[in-house]
Amino acid sequence: MLSFLLRRLVVALGVAVAVSALSFALIFLTGDPAIAIAGSGGSAGDAEAIRLAYGFDRPIVVQYADWIGSALTGDFGQSIYFNIPVSEIIGNRIPVTLTLGMLAFLAALAIALPLGVAAAMRPNGFIDRFALVLAVSGQAVPSFWLGLMAIVVFGVWYGLVPISGTETWQGYILPVLVLAYSAIPELMRITRSGMIEVLNTDYIRSAQAKGLPTGRVILVHALRNAVLPLISLSAVQLGILLSGSIVIESVFAVNGLGRLAWESLLRSDLPVVQAIILILSLFYVVLTTAADLLNAWLDPRLRGGAA
Amino acid sequence: MTLTTTTMARLLGASALALSLAAGAAHAGKADDTLNVAFAAEPEPLDSYKIAGRQGLILARHIYDGLLYKDLNTGEFLPALAESYEYVEPLVMEFKLREGVKFHNGADFTADDVVTTFDMVTDPEYGTRYAIYVDWIDSVEKIDDYTVRINMSKPFAGALEMLADALPIYPHEFFAENGSEGITRTPIGTGPYKLVSQEPGVRYELEKFEDYYPEGPKAGASIGKIVVRTIPELNTQYAELMSGNLDWIWRIPPDQASRLESRVQVISAPIMRIAYVGFAPLALDAESPIAKQEVRQALIHAVNREAITKAFGGAGSEVLNTPCNPAQFGCEQDVTAYEYDPEKARQMLADAGYADGFEMEMVFAAMPRPVAEAVAADLAKVGVTLILNEQQYAAGVGQWRAKELPAFFSNWGSYGIGDAAFILSNFFGGGADDLIQDPQLAEWLTTADTASDREVRAENYSMAVKEIVDQAYWMPMYNFNVNYGLSPDLSFTPYPDEFARWWEASWK
Repeated sequence: MLSFLLRRLVVALGVAVAVSALSFALIFLTGDPAIAIAGSGGSAGDAEAIRLAYGFDRPIVVQYADWIGSALTGDFGQSIYFNIPVSEIIGNRIPVTLTLGMLAFLAALAIALPLGVAAAMRPNGFIDRFALVLAVSGQAVPSFWLGLMAIVVFGVWYGLVPISGTETWQGYILPVLVLAYSAIPELMRITRSGMIEVLNTDYIRSAQAKGLPTGRVILVHALRNAVLPLISLSAVQLGILLSGSIVIESVFAVNGLGRLAWESLLRSDLPVVQAIILILSLFYVVLTTAADLLNAWLDPRLRGGAA
Repeated sequence: MTLTTTTMARLLGASALALSLAAGAAHAGKADDTLNVAFAAEPEPLDSYKIAGRQGLILARHIYDGLLYKDLNTGEFLPALAESYEYVEPLVMEFKLREGVKFHNGADFTADDVVTTFDMVTDPEYGTRYAIYVDWIDSVEKIDDYTVRINMSKPFAGALEMLADALPIYPHEFFAENGSEGITRTPIGTGPYKLVSQEPGVRYELEKFEDYYPEGPKAGASIGKIVVRTIPELNTQYAELMSGNLDWIWRIPPDQASRLESRVQVISAPIMRIAYVGFAPLALDAESPIAKQEVRQALIHAVNREAITKAFGGAGSEVLNTPCNPAQFGCEQDVTAYEYDPEKARQMLADAGYADGFEMEMVFAAMPRPVAEAVAADLAKVGVTLILNEQQYAAGVGQWRAKELPAFFSNWGSYGIGDAAFILSNFFGGGADDLIQDPQLAEWLTTADTASDREVRAENYSMAVKEIVDQAYWMPMYNFNVNYGLSPDLSFTPYPDEFARWWEASWK
């Protein structure tokens, strides 16, 4: 099990580095960073000075090797835009993103899991239909629209919650709910389909025939098996939520990683962009690895295959 | 700012917001004497020498002072940290400094601050953002505690413009020790507001500096506190403004401005920035249609700039005939005007040998797509097929400078400065942005840029402007406006240089 874990981690790190190398090359395709940094008021001479100052005149491979070398020792360099260490900026933004992402994930799970189970108990029943409506609308409604509507109703009309910013905890309420709403459909549907499948198996029928209480059959025997695909999906969903929804962060003026990445990309603040890409890809690989391990722990059958 | 999000959100969100406005607003700003401001873009670090964005520069001008200050109403240069100045020699300026001025940290302002600041920012190692800011300064000398001399490296007509608030003076001990990063972490100036706290790019809190020198050009600030936040989504800004949580927002698109008008205070002000289509007659081979003067003139005749300006420019925008803003010094207006006349355009194209039209690529950057499409639609009517290609500014201007494009549609803000030097000389003065490389033009412009006699300057700019217009090197489009959304309680005067002066703002 330990060597399995180690191997997974090494592969994970390799994936993260490969992602960052690819993105590094892609960034240079979007235009000359020196001109972008000089801005729309910069002359050709200004751009040239910037090119030399930041070493953009060197071959891309050299620039990347230089960057990844420092990054792997924890030095992400200085932000070109903010002129302070990248680690400091990201350090300020990560707690915001983690809070928003985790809360949204927990909220989504708290709604999706019971609703999915309840829907599976009586397919096509009232709860199932309600869940279907929720799922379809959750996937169809664009989150910026939902966010703005939430602002209008709860912020402007009723004045119940702050409209933007996360200076107080109340500021998290709207963004968390709107972000959660977009994550609910997939979590719920995979719970529902997993439960329906499991509920039709022989061992559940045996458990019911033995006269076990329904609650125990559902929670212990059925859910534990139905939850396996949910864990894998959760890892991906949590990754999506943590990589920050640019849209939600923009609408609610939440200063998290997602919008920082987007803005940094637009202003060619390459050290920040690269650091975020590396961190987010690490998030993903760590989460999927954790999901694999969790599944192996929950289901002994997977352990044999994995080791 | 996420442009596509904003555009989509505008379509869906605006109607929703319009419905929502019944709610009465409690105006918090006036009650606690705090001006609540939102910018859509994150302010850059507060070192004016290293930044370009207006957001950071506006904050910086509240915190720092320059040697001089330009009164935009009269065009006069007023004393600020310097009480007076004179040219003791053609390339030597002497400044008498003001006594009794305090920095926010309590330090006294003296000649050492001027010398140290300029010494540091003119060092190439420092990385001052735009060479044009300081490359005219050769050295700075302290004569006594309250007298300094600037030795210029070359004649530069924009020197006073630069010294007027664009080049702030930092406290020498702190700055020498901590450099640019230090001054951005702990901004210390002599300005009318001091920075109380900042989360860079996110939130800034300023407080009125009670010891501001009363003779200063920014004296008399009335609002006690200013809180600046970044709210990228404009619709969210509108909601906050209408709920009374914000008192000041800007850069509201024209269509949104009219929608907000009935709910909050909306004012509009013309600015220096102008939109233009640049042609590159010499960039491509001499056989290309754009190399012919007649073809370029025909293209301008073919575009209904009047209608385009009305539709996209906003309330105070006008069609331009010149490659500079009429509000700028030296921007001659007695020039050929190319009226909208598609018939004539067609005739001119036929005379030039393009009776069947031709195909041409035009890259546009930092301009809305509908404007570019309107230009293309007008040109299509005279047989010219414009292949539109939208790019990020950096990519577009890179191609332009590499001489790969016949036409480039973008805009230029002249650093907000009301002097034609800051646009003409960049594009026609022989530098890397100049794709014409006409030695006669460059000569006129150099003379105009460096002469100290205003009449000589005006005369040479005039000749250059007329030649550029006659040659039709540019199709000037229109000047930009900025729309501001204000709390009904706030009185605020905007200026064409896009520098908000909150020290002049007050509660009604």
